[in-house]
Amino acid sequence: MSERNQKEYLFDKPENVKRLLRGLYAICILLVVADFVIHRHVSLSWEEIPAFYALYGFIACVLLVVIAKWIRKVVMRKEDYYDE
Amino acid sequence: MSELPPFIIFLVAVLLVVATRGIVRSVILLAAPLLAGLHLWFNIDPGMTISHSILSFEFIVMRTDKLSLLFGYLFCLASFIATIYAWHVKDTAQQLAGLIYAGAAVGAVFAGDLLTLFIFWELLALSSVFLIWARGTERAFNAGLRYLIFQVASGLLLLAGALIHYHNVGSLAFDHIGLDGLASWLIFIAFGIKCAFPFLHSWLTDAYPEATVTGTVFLSAFTTKLAVYALARGFPGEEILVYIGVAMACFPIFYAVIENDLRKVLAYSLINQLGFMVVGVGIGTALALNGVVAHAFSHVLYKGLLFMTMGAVLYRVGNINGSDLGGLYKSMPKTTVLCIVGALSISAFPLFSGFISKSMVMSAMIKADFGYLWLLMLFASAGVFHHAGIKIPYFAFFAHDSGIRTQEAPTNMLIAMTIAAAFCIFLGVQPQYLYALLPWEMDYWPYDASHVLAQLQLLFFSALAFVWLNQRGMYPPELRSINLDVEWLYRKLLPNWVHKIITFISVMKTYLSAVAIALMARIRHAFSQTFVAKYHLSESWPTGSMVFWVAAILATYLLITIFR
Repeated sequence: MSERNQKEYLFDKPENVKRLLRGLYAICILLVVADFVIHRHVSLSWEEIPAFYALYGFIACVLLVVIAKWIRKVVMRKEDYYDE
Repeated sequence: MSELPPFIIFLVAVLLVVATRGIVRSVILLAAPLLAGLHLWFNIDPGMTISHSILSFEFIVMRTDKLSLLFGYLFCLASFIATIYAWHVKDTAQQLAGLIYAGAAVGAVFAGDLLTLFIFWELLALSSVFLIWARGTERAFNAGLRYLIFQVASGLLLLAGALIHYHNVGSLAFDHIGLDGLASWLIFIAFGIKCAFPFLHSWLTDAYPEATVTGTVFLSAFTTKLAVYALARGFPGEEILVYIGVAMACFPIFYAVIENDLRKVLAYSLINQLGFMVVGVGIGTALALNGVVAHAFSHVLYKGLLFMTMGAVLYRVGNINGSDLGGLYKSMPKTTVLCIVGALSISAFPLFSGFISKSMVMSAMIKADFGYLWLLMLFASAGVFHHAGIKIPYFAFFAHDSGIRTQEAPTNMLIAMTIAAAFCIFLGVQPQYLYALLPWEMDYWPYDASHVLAQLQLLFFSALAFVWLNQRGMYPPELRSINLDVEWLYRKLLPNWVHKIITFISVMKTYLSAVAIALMARIRHAFSQTFVAKYHLSESWPTGSMVFWVAAILATYLLITIFR
């Protein structure tokens, strides 16, 4: 890459990425704390679990990715699979 | 003036477009959806019916109520935005296809009888396929053919169902149908094909990513949402739709996670979003059906926005594979921001449009006691954020820097995307304006502390999961690959079987004829060994000589008979 293309962009600096991630962690902690401060009105029994939505969101996404990786083993083919 | 069905405006525009060129044509293309929309908004009230008799059949070309009107506004708005997005396209085929397609959708929504619906239904199929074929590649051509077969089959099922329905009840009026008997099932499956029910969905994920940059934006708006409208009118409260909808919401998210073509990721997430609408139709309460309509409305705008941003990337870079992109925020910052607005909307982030509409369906599910299925839909909600909310912007615009440096999207694309993004935020912040247009009475407000908190927890912890998986290297990398789906049945298995059967037949033919020849030779040989073989007549003679001798014998008989 030539010299004039060396412009620094927002996420070229690792500390900016770190700042973004730290912000995310802080928000996550705040949201869990808020769960104990704000009384969520619940209509289903499992909603009563503390920080139910936080746990569910995290577990759901990890499960999603793990299962998707298994599925990939079965269904993934080369790009020209149908052209052969 | 209020007697004018809005599709007539599109029809006139089609004639004018054929006769004009250049800037005049572009203005006409843009004016058609605008005028039709304004006409609907100002001149047309719910509860009117316009019919025309042709050959003693009464075609109800226009039947308005709040349900059809809202879809009418939506289709005009979507077509207006897509036309701005496609302003730079000078290809007559695409311009006409987009215009006719939008006009057919507007016509279909107001169709009051099943025959009128069928006509627009097929017009939708025939016009939209040109948006795929216009890409000009062999892959697009083949995908377009497969798309057309599905769409036309849907139309034929609708026609067959409508005729049996007419035979049974003596009316073709398109009102509540309900699942009862052959006719209703045929119509149901016809709607189901267009709505991308599981196992009938592969035309969508097959063809949408193959269409042109602008074509996909049109495609994403009309066909499937017309099907949702048709289901909401014909089959509200059919419980089977709840299960179909949950399946539609859940299975595509796995494919979306591992798919490389980012427009195909969006196609899968389109099915996921349709799942929420189908569930709502299945529940069939006022809140659920309002949720369906509201979600269709916000969905068309944010899904269109996402397809537009990915189209802009494809237009500038010439590639839309996640494996080859990354770091584009450096050269396309505006597109990046607009994409994030679309991503937040589809993820149902508070203050964005998905939040105010999807939550209606979710609440209606709880009220209708679908607790366990609700958990699955919550899983699907987290999954949406994961693949459409994070994956799309992340792999296109951030991730590792691919080194690609390009230009910002063209101005007309930016304008179209900005309008869509503005609607996404406006609907999210001021939902009362959309709620006021909804067809059924309800008492619902999405913003309360516990609902917002719940949604934020769900989304932020989904994001946290993404970060965690990424940092641990557990996130599946984008690979140059395709994934097998239902289409494998007819693109690989069926052709393979046909090929095998044909090979089998030809092998059998060779074998059998060899056997026959050998058999003949043996018979001849055996005959030659017998005592009669030495006589002259027992040799093999040409047919002609046999005919000659038969004729000779007959002639001899004749002579004998005459002279006796």
